[in-house]
Amino acid sequence: MAMRSLISERVSCRSSVLGARWMSSWWRNVEPAAKDPILGVTEAFLADPSPDKVNVGVGAYRDDNGKPVVLECVREAERRIAGTANMEYLPMGGSVKMVEETLKLAYGDNSEFIKDKRIAAVQSLSGTGACRLFADFQNRFHPDSQIYIPVPTWSNHHNIWRDAHVTQRTFHYYHPGTKGLDFAALMDDIKNAPNGSFFLLHACAHNPTGVDPSEEQWKEISYQIKAKGHFPFFDMAYQGFASGDPERDAKAIRIFLKDGHLLGLAQSYAKNMGLYGQRVGCLSVLCEDEKQAVAVKSQLQQLARPMYSNPPVHGALIVSTILGDAELKKLWLKEVQGMADRIIGMRTALRENLEKLGSPLSWKHITNQIGMFCYSGLTPEQVDRLTDEYHIYMTRNGRISMAGVTTGNVGYLANAIHEVTKSA
Amino acid sequence: MHEKLKGKVKLGSTTNSTAGFIKTKSFGRVSMVAAVNVSRFEGVTMAPPDPILGVSEAFKADTDEKKLNLGVGAYEPKSYSLMCLMLLRRLAENLMLERGENKEYLPIEGLAAFNKVTAELLFGADNSVLKEQRVATVQGLSGTGSLRLAAALIERYFPGAKVLISSPTWEFPWSEYRYYDPKTVGLDFEGMIADIKAPGGSFILLHGCAHNPTGIDPTPEQWEKIADVIQEKNHIPFFDVAYQGFASGSLDNDASSVRLFATRGMELLVAQSYSKKPWSLCRKDWSNECCLVKSQLKRLARPMYSNPPVHGARIVANVVGNPALFDEWKAEMEMMAGRIKNVRQKLFDSLSAKDKSGKDWSFILRQIGMFSFTGLNKAQSDNMTNKWHVYMTKDGRISLAGLSLAKCEYLADAIIDSYHNVS
Repeated sequence: MAMRSLISERVSCRSSVLGARWMSSWWRNVEPAAKDPILGVTEAFLADPSPDKVNVGVGAYRDDNGKPVVLECVREAERRIAGTANMEYLPMGGSVKMVEETLKLAYGDNSEFIKDKRIAAVQSLSGTGACRLFADFQNRFHPDSQIYIPVPTWSNHHNIWRDAHVTQRTFHYYHPGTKGLDFAALMDDIKNAPNGSFFLLHACAHNPTGVDPSEEQWKEISYQIKAKGHFPFFDMAYQGFASGDPERDAKAIRIFLKDGHLLGLAQSYAKNMGLYGQRVGCLSVLCEDEKQAVAVKSQLQQLARPMYSNPPVHGALIVSTILGDAELKKLWLKEVQGMADRIIGMRTALRENLEKLGSPLSWKHITNQIGMFCYSGLTPEQVDRLTDEYHIYMTRNGRISMAGVTTGNVGYLANAIHEVTKSA
Repeated sequence: MHEKLKGKVKLGSTTNSTAGFIKTKSFGRVSMVAAVNVSRFEGVTMAPPDPILGVSEAFKADTDEKKLNLGVGAYEPKSYSLMCLMLLRRLAENLMLERGENKEYLPIEGLAAFNKVTAELLFGADNSVLKEQRVATVQGLSGTGSLRLAAALIERYFPGAKVLISSPTWEFPWSEYRYYDPKTVGLDFEGMIADIKAPGGSFILLHGCAHNPTGIDPTPEQWEKIADVIQEKNHIPFFDVAYQGFASGSLDNDASSVRLFATRGMELLVAQSYSKKPWSLCRKDWSNECCLVKSQLKRLARPMYSNPPVHGARIVANVVGNPALFDEWKAEMEMMAGRIKNVRQKLFDSLSAKDKSGKDWSFILRQIGMFSFTGLNKAQSDNMTNKWHVYMTKDGRISLAGLSLAKCEYLADAIIDSYHNVS
């Protein structure tokens, strides 16, 4: 907003003096945008010539050799698809088959809501697109509402709801002292928010902290949100990635469904199927009945049309091929378990290494936290030292992407962290 | 409904839609099994079907064997051309499988190889604007996504600026400059020039070639005059190029309007698509301003979709970047454009032979690209669908890509009937 009024001011000042001359350059007033805090890390990493460099910045899975992985089930699906299907536009709501399979993952194979056709669902541009579509929908139908966003969260959440012109508030989530959940403050914030507010919740493997509520805590959260008539919107980007078991990782959602919430949900296949660049996801809104679901879906499509008309087909085909085939699905589940197991193994290794080095600090949180990320507790200054002195790249909030940790670099990483924290 | 519910909750024990919850400060846990939450979106009404994409849905539901889909601008499924394009794609995909390329996130601005070939395709590889690095290119979600990014950029940096759009244009119900002349079924050039002489410093949306929905393009001389006016009024031209290669069959010819403007040193915005294909911004001087603008485009894209899809971009980069595949693609496009010209001819011949009223149908031959504006009004278009099972958009637009030579006579019958017997 400030930028806009600054530019308008300059416009009105200048144009009276320079007239046509100013207007001859349209983009002179365009300031460089701040670098994206997450994606900027990878850019810096790539530019670093050091052979010791370690990238624990962006949350994309790496194998134990630090290489990106394309799952076997995905390669097989692509072999089956190559050159067969045409590239016709999908309907605005995306691939029906893909959406069906995706809802089953989240809501349950035998979900009554699916049977009763109460879920309005559209294919989306991965998790980002699902969140943005919902934010636009929220703005259109509840323009006076506000969204409560946890502190901290994935930074792009703030951008999404801001660009959708929805008022943002925050709620307590992470407790820096315990490096765990600030449950009491979280519950207070839910209670104190005006009735009927919208709450953004991470279904599992919270990004960036890796701190998830326990099952008991989820039940209390669900109860309190219901009591206040709030709307729960779940962002589930890591189903399968947290524990290795997609059913288990959907626990929070199932609790809320059982409690009768009419929730919204963003799902992504970027991480759990490794389809990052394909941009495959799904937005769903549970409605009172089929009629309402049809209406809501039509409105979601209307919002998508001026953004991109209809979603990309290739990634959706991969998903529906895998999930629609018993063998491929079994393979996928095995591979997801494998990825989660490797990360859990690295958490243990990192913690043990630090303890062996005799670190005075507690590193229990590394194994208490779950999913791709570890909120290390490192300060921005310590992170800068890690980068400058050790060529270790991570975001300045101290978030370590465990996916970037390997048996090859865990010792080096532990040593570097120990060095920058031992006098803390 | 929402306003009534907000902040007011009543205890209800049935599944009736007015059930809610007790508003209370705190009490012990209560079983919530019986009550059903009222949806926050109860007041949401059904959106009208999309005027273009909705046509395909209606077509799918029609069981009549004579049905024809001339709605959306995409190739007829069993057409030879589509099969060839699929072959090309298979070759490109096999290349990708062989290379075992991964699926990592692209940078926000997209695949570098894709952006490079796309800008070269548009401006010509030897164009000075490319050599001098005056073009900022960002991969978008096809034409729609690119337009949306541009619109967002304009809204953020030029709040209150006017965007002038041709009357009619793709999916915009409102219009700002005259374009289509129903009397001639051609270009209202005088009207267009008069209207774009309007408030200086506006964005003028232009179709690079094969105007959608009319199929009517300015001549090269007319383009020069349009460029004169735009320069004089210091507007910024904003090209939507969705059909490069499809219009005349030649990629270079179809890009001539954009290249004309670029040669004059004008700043312009371009949205390109490979559907039938990211977009480019050309700056007059200062290549670093390109970087500034690009950074802002990325900032707008990040909260929309983070980064663009990789698969299609790789196919394009592989096809356009590989001389053998590129030549094959060019040959394909010439053939597709040629096929459309044949269909236009056949349709014109059928209409002229069957219509005894003496009406001049030659506008069909003068129009270019995938679409033809038939001049049929809404009621007549409805008749096309209801009586003849011909699916088209209500503005009288038909997509020739969905029409085979064999169906031209049937279509001619339908058009003649609708034009003369329905008002």
